[in-house]
Amino acid sequence: MLWLVHGRIAGIAGIARVALRGPDRDWRLAFIAGLVVAGMVARITVGPAVVAGLDTIPLLRLAIAGLLVGIGTSMANGCTSGHGICGLARLSRRSLVAVPVFMGTAMITVALFKVLA
Amino acid sequence: MKWTHAFLAGLVFGAGLVISGMSSPARVLGFLDIGAIGTGHWDPRLALVMIGALAVATPLFALGRRRGQALDGGILPSLPTQGVDRRLIGGSVLFGLGWGLAGICPGPALVDLGAQPWPMLAFALPLAIGLLLGRRD
Repeated sequence: MLWLVHGRIAGIAGIARVALRGPDRDWRLAFIAGLVVAGMVARITVGPAVVAGLDTIPLLRLAIAGLLVGIGTSMANGCTSGHGICGLARLSRRSLVAVPVFMGTAMITVALFKVLA
Repeated sequence: MKWTHAFLAGLVFGAGLVISGMSSPARVLGFLDIGAIGTGHWDPRLALVMIGALAVATPLFALGRRRGQALDGGILPSLPTQGVDRRLIGGSVLFGLGWGLAGICPGPALVDLGAQPWPMLAFALPLAIGLLLGRRD
């Protein structure tokens, strides 16, 4: 969508990374602000169900997960929206590999945690 | 790009994540938990979200490729054609690990940060650090 209207590819991880440190930050920061404001509005209008399950995750696990997601998506150059939607939509070979790898790893991680718990 | 357009795009994208349930870690983990297929507790709904998003995005990308320029007159950049390499695989594995641990990926992380700043900061700050560590340019 972004690519068609403005000639840019939008994966959230990539936008966030360049917004932190990179060129042409204004629109990226505005896009991120839009996401955050959407969350604020949803919390007020819909209620706590918006983030259902968040309170059950221990802080340390949240922090480790955040770090892994950050390093992983910037190394692989894409996240769920970047590879999963934009990449698959344009039949990128890299995305056709990346999506099964991260989905599979995530599913295995969830299964392992269930066994350990 | 006009920042107003980008802000609106963020709002719409965020609303989509909320409506589809992607903003809820419980819902995402319920989808990733394919071990629950056998017990009948698996939640396949997010697969439908992805199929829906692809159903919209695929024809749009095809259209853009045929037009050759963006609707605002901008040039559509030729998209990267890098090959599959170790960074792609390794990064995807690390991302999958993190996603499986908490059920949160970058888009929902930002929406949830607005919805419930604490404890989401405990995820978002390391996310920012990780984004900067993963690539040097």
